[in-house]
Amino acid sequence: MPPATIKRKTDIGPPDYQKFLPPIIQRNYGKWVRHEIPRPGVLVHTAESGEKLYSVRAGSPRLLSIKTIRLFAALADEFSGGCLRFTSRNNVEFLLADAGKVDPLILRLESEGYPVGGTGPSITNIVHTQGWVHCHSAASDASGVVKSVMDELFPYFGSMRLPAKLRIAFACCLNMCGAVHCSDIAILGLHRKPPKINHGTLFKTCEIPTTVASCPTGAVRPVTVDGKPSLEVIEGQCVLCGNCYTVCPSMPMNDPEDGVSIWVGGKVSNARREPMFSKLAIPFLPNTPPRWPEVTTAVKALVELYAAHAQPFERMGEWIERIGWPRFFRLAGIPFTRDHIDDFTHAGETYKRSVHLRRSPAWNLGG
Amino acid sequence: MKKPTPLVDELEKGPWPSFVKEIKKSADGPMASDLLSVLERSYDDKIGHWKHGGLVGVKGYGAGVIGRYNDLAGEFPDAAEFHTIRINPPAGWFYTSDVLRQLCDIWERHGSGLTNFHGATGDAVFLGAKTVELEPLFDELLAAGFDLGGSGSALRTPSCCCGKARCEWACFDTMAVTRELTHVYQDEMHRPAFPYKFKIKASGCPNDCVGAIARSDLSIIGTWRDDIQIDKTGLAKYVAEGKPNIQRDVVERCPTRCMRFAKGQLDIDNDECVRCMHCINALPNALAPGKDRGAMLLVGGKAPILGGALLSSLLVPFIKLEPPYEDIKELLVAIWDLWSEHGKNRERVGEFIQRIGLANFLEQIGLDPQPEMVAHPRTNPYIALHEDKP
Repeated sequence: MPPATIKRKTDIGPPDYQKFLPPIIQRNYGKWVRHEIPRPGVLVHTAESGEKLYSVRAGSPRLLSIKTIRLFAALADEFSGGCLRFTSRNNVEFLLADAGKVDPLILRLESEGYPVGGTGPSITNIVHTQGWVHCHSAASDASGVVKSVMDELFPYFGSMRLPAKLRIAFACCLNMCGAVHCSDIAILGLHRKPPKINHGTLFKTCEIPTTVASCPTGAVRPVTVDGKPSLEVIEGQCVLCGNCYTVCPSMPMNDPEDGVSIWVGGKVSNARREPMFSKLAIPFLPNTPPRWPEVTTAVKALVELYAAHAQPFERMGEWIERIGWPRFFRLAGIPFTRDHIDDFTHAGETYKRSVHLRRSPAWNLGG
Repeated sequence: MKKPTPLVDELEKGPWPSFVKEIKKSADGPMASDLLSVLERSYDDKIGHWKHGGLVGVKGYGAGVIGRYNDLAGEFPDAAEFHTIRINPPAGWFYTSDVLRQLCDIWERHGSGLTNFHGATGDAVFLGAKTVELEPLFDELLAAGFDLGGSGSALRTPSCCCGKARCEWACFDTMAVTRELTHVYQDEMHRPAFPYKFKIKASGCPNDCVGAIARSDLSIIGTWRDDIQIDKTGLAKYVAEGKPNIQRDVVERCPTRCMRFAKGQLDIDNDECVRCMHCINALPNALAPGKDRGAMLLVGGKAPILGGALLSSLLVPFIKLEPPYEDIKELLVAIWDLWSEHGKNRERVGEFIQRIGLANFLEQIGLDPQPEMVAHPRTNPYIALHEDKP
């Protein structure tokens, strides 16, 4: 008998955040009264006590080496009493009590290659998924597209000249680990071929009923192949969602002809207009690594169109609703195709059911 | 680097921080080096090389580790096993330099040295551990005071905005609620027993900085029920500066037009206000949420898989949300009990509610129907008989 071991203590949960708050936050927790953005990337919060907290926000690629995290830790020691946090969009924020250290910190961050910005009416970091770096169901590479798009939109990160904030998100397949479906601009990886079924392994690796039930359109059906239970896909019914692959490893979808789609006009904030889903703008662009020029060009054109036309405080979706979708497609020069018309569960709610239309130069009056 | 990677090297150029540079920083170790080679292959053949996850984990847990193998194991053996470890971060993603260095040291001993700060659900992610390293890594994490996050059909790691730590608009203590729910429901996080995943996100105000309404099954969003606070000195400053244009950019952008601006005075009809935050966002040094603060609870938000994307819908119009948070815990357990018993495999709670109907759902969890819960009453006349009918 081996000696009785001490039972491992499990389920301890995360450490208490209070241990990690800077003293100025501990003193003023819940007592902040206002904030300003004196320059892009810097927030100044003032407490009832009159104390001021300076947050310096820098962009990061989300995928970080421990060497970079140690660099951030060293910068925090030097400039912010060792205190920092990360934002919901993968930026890093240094929390300073000393106004005099703000400018030197910004210089250091930018000299290390981590730009300061992402506040107010800007384009901040793109939330994204793993892509080809680390995911089995990726239809595109997340990090590569994000890097290429942010290089192209870089001036918008460090400035605050847009009508309102503009949030971009990237998800490498329809699972949407990045939940991009409510973004001003969403870039979404799409598989373009039905699953390739491996009849030799399917009966060992997949539950047939679970896989059949996973299909939202009933396109997956049980069959027998060479005397073994397997599945077939009715290709005309398949919407290429990848659900079957999620539950059945023997139905891979990855293909060199996969690509991405572009969606616009979503938001999560309740400010003004209620939260909205993003809607389809461009059904398909090819995967063209390493720089995805078709995607960066399309996204930049959408940003510039929005910047030129929207009124102050209007988010992308609010602007498009004001001018109407027909005019948006004309202004953007994007062809409207059958792919733009929804044909899934709630499709009927998206049809135009009134005669409220702005006139269009595209109408061929009098035939 | 073991092998040249000309395609991904292109992504070292340009002003935005480069993930390729990050991988190379850790490529003095063989794992990150092989990872970059696998990625180079993907850039060459335009296809991912990661296989469907396998069953790996740490003893006693059914969540927190996601198995990851690639299909080029023969060529790149040091990236053959490259598992993901989700680590539950402190609420609000606050760290000290010391604790970050402690995490880095642990990860240097047991894995690739690559991380995500943070993953999409909010976990700190260690990217690339071999199976044999999982147990010793986990022991060291526990000793350092960290635990794993959720994965699979479990409660996923709850997350929140920075709330009262740094925001004057926080209408409840997002970090305290998140910490409490995370600690109480460790078992639900670590041992998947639900029909599918369940996410909880807490935003301190209707600006919803963590996207709770779109990304969580239970969305906790701060609000208030008294009057918007007006600071006359702050308002006078905006009026003097003429920026923003208060009539055009604030009054006329109000979704209920509940404001009047005349002679430098702003009058708000608070009974008509829907508390959307726009005027407060536009005039942060003049306006603030009221003092009687709390939260709204909404349910069912999700991305498209399986039955289409949903935004969360209103369940509780106002809750004070104060310790010990028994009211929200009772509601959560009621929802979980019902959904766990009757939900289909891989059916999110929002889809479950659509299938059984909101009215049935409310009855089962013990909430009364209220007009706030719907955009409008039903338009179709197919009204079934049920027991409490007159």
